Amino acid sequence: MVHWTAEEKQLITSVWGKVDVADCGGEALARLLIVYPWTQRFFDTFGNLSSPTAIVGNPKVRAHGQKVLTSFGEAIKNLDNLKATYSKLSELHCEKLHVDPENFRILGDILVIVLATHFGKDFTPACQATWQKLVGVVAHALARNYH
Amino acid sequence: MLTAEDKKLVQQVWGKVCGAEEEIGADALWRMFHSYPATKTYFPHFDMTKCSDQIHGHGKKVMTALTNAVKNIDNLRQALSELSKLHAYNLRVDPPCFSLQFLSLCLQVALATRLGKDYSPEAHSAIDKFMSAVATTLAEKYR
Repeated sequence: MVHWTAEEKQLITSVWGKVDVADCGGEALARLLIVYPWTQRFFDTFGNLSSPTAIVGNPKVRAHGQKVLTSFGEAIKNLDNLKATYSKLSELHCEKLHVDPENFRILGDILVIVLATHFGKDFTPACQATWQKLVGVVAHALARNYH
Repeated sequence: MLTAEDKKLVQQVWGKVCGAEEEIGADALWRMFHSYPATKTYFPHFDMTKCSDQIHGHGKKVMTALTNAVKNIDNLRQALSELSKLHAYNLRVDPPCFSLQFLSLCLQVALATRLGKDYSPEAHSAIDKFMSAVATTLAEKYR
């Protein structure tokens, strides 16, 4: 089980409280598809992904990004039991979606950069370190039930 | 492969942070040491209790090298030749460590906190590719 200090929990919740989930989620997913274009392989049904502008403006990308980040919110509510929280999603990503867990890691890093653009200097090194830890454990939990 | 557009975007981003290189380099290193404590093993002689003069000095060195790489973006191999030898034979930093994730990510966070929305998805992509190219070039002489 992952141990979170009081300071880490505070850094997570204080940032999360200011996050617009639709905006940040949509932006994170868009950046994933732009910066690492091979990830588009999972989104054949999403329509126009032909350019950064198309991706950023694509309503399916935005909606799915919001879905993904909303799920992150669940992790934050259940920091002491991520394994159970992500158990079903882990199976889904393995058995139905066939997503290489490496993609969870790079999406986590992209989320960190998106938060940096939104929060500027407030996204301090301590803040970043805590969120790196969070995205890392979420990625790990999502990969846990792979077989 | 860096396209002409990527190169232009990298140079634009670098232009926007002109003058703040030392601060950004130090910030990037400090963030890296915080988020990835294993990277501190390469600097046992550094004062890590705060963003020390040593960290500032080294951040400035790193950014000077990257600025040189940006200026010579069409010939990274030549621009980074001496540094590649240094990292391969003297410093022997584990290539995946600097090559992929940690420094690149923390430098991008340092840039993103300063540039906000100006660190657009396109700029983000170009810088990520650039740092990847720098890392690959630096790692060329490892074996």
